[in-house]
Amino acid sequence: MAAAEGTELRPLAPGPGVPVVRPRRQRTSSWPLIDRIGYGLCWATGLALCAIAIAIVLYMLVKGIGYLKPSLFVESPAPAVKQDEAGGFFDPIIGTFILTGLGILIAAPVGVAIAAWLSEYARPRALARAVESAIEMIGGVPSVVLAIFGLLVFSQGVLGFLSQRAANGAVYGRSFFAAGVIMAVLALPLIVGSVREGLAQVPDHMREAAYALGKTRASCIRHVLLPAIRPNVASGIVLGMGRIIGDTAIVTILIGVTLQNEAVGNVPIIGNLRGTGSTLTSYVYTNSPAGEGGAPQKAYAAAFVLLMIVLLLNAIVTRLSSDTKPLGRAAFAGRLRMIGRSLPWTQ
Amino acid sequence: MKTVRTDQRVERMLGALAVALLVLIGAMVVTVFLKGWASFSHNGLSWFGPGGDVDEQLRAMQQATPLPGHSPYYFRAWPLIWGTLVTTVLAVVLALIVSTLAAIFLTEFAPAPMRRTLDPVIRLLAAVPSVVYGLIGILAIAPWINSNLISNGRKASVGYVVQLNGADLATATVILAVMITPIMVALISAALASVPPSWHEGSIALGVNRWRTIVRVSLRTARPAIIAATVLATARALGEAIMLAMVSGGRGFAANPLDGITFLFEPVRPLAATIVQNSEGLTIPVLAHTIYAIAAVLLVSAALLSFAGWAAKQPLKRYGIRA
Repeated sequence: MAAAEGTELRPLAPGPGVPVVRPRRQRTSSWPLIDRIGYGLCWATGLALCAIAIAIVLYMLVKGIGYLKPSLFVESPAPAVKQDEAGGFFDPIIGTFILTGLGILIAAPVGVAIAAWLSEYARPRALARAVESAIEMIGGVPSVVLAIFGLLVFSQGVLGFLSQRAANGAVYGRSFFAAGVIMAVLALPLIVGSVREGLAQVPDHMREAAYALGKTRASCIRHVLLPAIRPNVASGIVLGMGRIIGDTAIVTILIGVTLQNEAVGNVPIIGNLRGTGSTLTSYVYTNSPAGEGGAPQKAYAAAFVLLMIVLLLNAIVTRLSSDTKPLGRAAFAGRLRMIGRSLPWTQ
Repeated sequence: MKTVRTDQRVERMLGALAVALLVLIGAMVVTVFLKGWASFSHNGLSWFGPGGDVDEQLRAMQQATPLPGHSPYYFRAWPLIWGTLVTTVLAVVLALIVSTLAAIFLTEFAPAPMRRTLDPVIRLLAAVPSVVYGLIGILAIAPWINSNLISNGRKASVGYVVQLNGADLATATVILAVMITPIMVALISAALASVPPSWHEGSIALGVNRWRTIVRVSLRTARPAIIAATVLATARALGEAIMLAMVSGGRGFAANPLDGITFLFEPVRPLAATIVQNSEGLTIPVLAHTIYAIAAVLLVSAALLSFAGWAAKQPLKRYGIRA
């Protein structure tokens, strides 16, 4: 090849430390036909994926902007036959914020603690392995299953103070509290994974230096390791938020189907958390032809807002985990591994 | 001395939290099984078999009036299981082809600007919530299929058993494939990228062109990771509920492959979607037992797939590849 391309003799291999320069453009003219077809298919799928992504965003943009009105953000949903009178999605937006906040508030400390235990202590080993596989299993369990398990737990009589009781003493089991706890379980694997990845990257000499200065393990985790991996903790939290915001099954089963947020009792904040309501996802579901509402315009508008929130979170994660260097092969692999582990869409 | 004791206390507290999580998961498996047991024990192995209209059986449970000649627990889940199998397998096969090609493109052929575009594109496809996919499916794709791909003759040909309206197997499969493609692309290209570069360069140096090098060296080395990615994606597809509840037609019907092309346009309803659509009836004991039995099936499948994914990746350890 080298002899055919130029007259000058090139060294057979670049010297040590000299990067290998690959030709910028592929030459496929010498390839057999079947290989060229494969190469073409690769390009086609790459472009097709881009096209699908652009189509989704454009479609939602056109539909969403078309039906979005400022009044939708401040009006509560109202039961109505005509779409014009069905109100807006003020309650669902508040619901989304409450639920995400509650879920992360529970999941973040628990996740960081479990990750710290798994990476820094992990004794006895068998127990650590069991906890590891439990976390992996949560990642694979369908969220509907988590949701109906949650319903079973929170309709126990003892936990009645977290939702509402019927006149005959039966516990309803559906509330923001219940959904928040189950959402925390859903977000846990993402936070644990992200924090552990960070802890694994902290070089051992940092730990050794801390011990040499007389710090205990606990103090080393608190004052050396956690500050060092702050970006990982942050990206784990944002990934968890994305997962919570995008989930529908847990909301429809554990918060219920009322579109307005209804408080229970008179205590202001606790009452809201004990009550039922809706989030953007359940609002979209209920108003789609699959639910009962049949108000597709509202569903489009709410779905657009939802998509924008999710994309914003996505951009934040990219920002947190990106290095300004161009993507090298190794960095690229690491990044892909991170995306693979964290897919926020899994409902 | 005091600090050592604090340290031990911290270790115990963190450990206790981890154990609590373990207990929670254990409790989940046990309670879901216990709650669903009544449904399994009454129907025996025929629970998994075919027999009658599953929607009618569920409706009978909802109204708490048993079907004539049957106990209130009478339930044959085959149409739902079949729906799950068909949607999952078709979507995974479709996604496997697309994502292998895309992963090769991403790691080997894509020029740098293209690679920088594809990275956020894959993130975006992964980040879109399933309810948004479902909304696009039910409001855009299903009506289009209904008016352009399903002829009236085709509707009439199966009109005596089901109605075809565009919310069907084909729509569900295509959208499900789009939803699981990102995870597969991410995992497969991570595996391709971590094949030792020297193996790759060795093949190139022997005069093999880059396409063959990828197929013969990289893909072959990464095969366990590709299998693991497929298994993981299968688990995700199996658990998808909301999108499928919206676009799969919502009818407990075992689509018949013998119908030829019409098969693709027949409605189905997978297991997870069934749970969502019947969640209102969880206060009715008979229906609740049946729904928890369905959940138990999903739970076992998820656990088995998670184990299979772990087992599939083991051969890679031999090469010291972390994927």
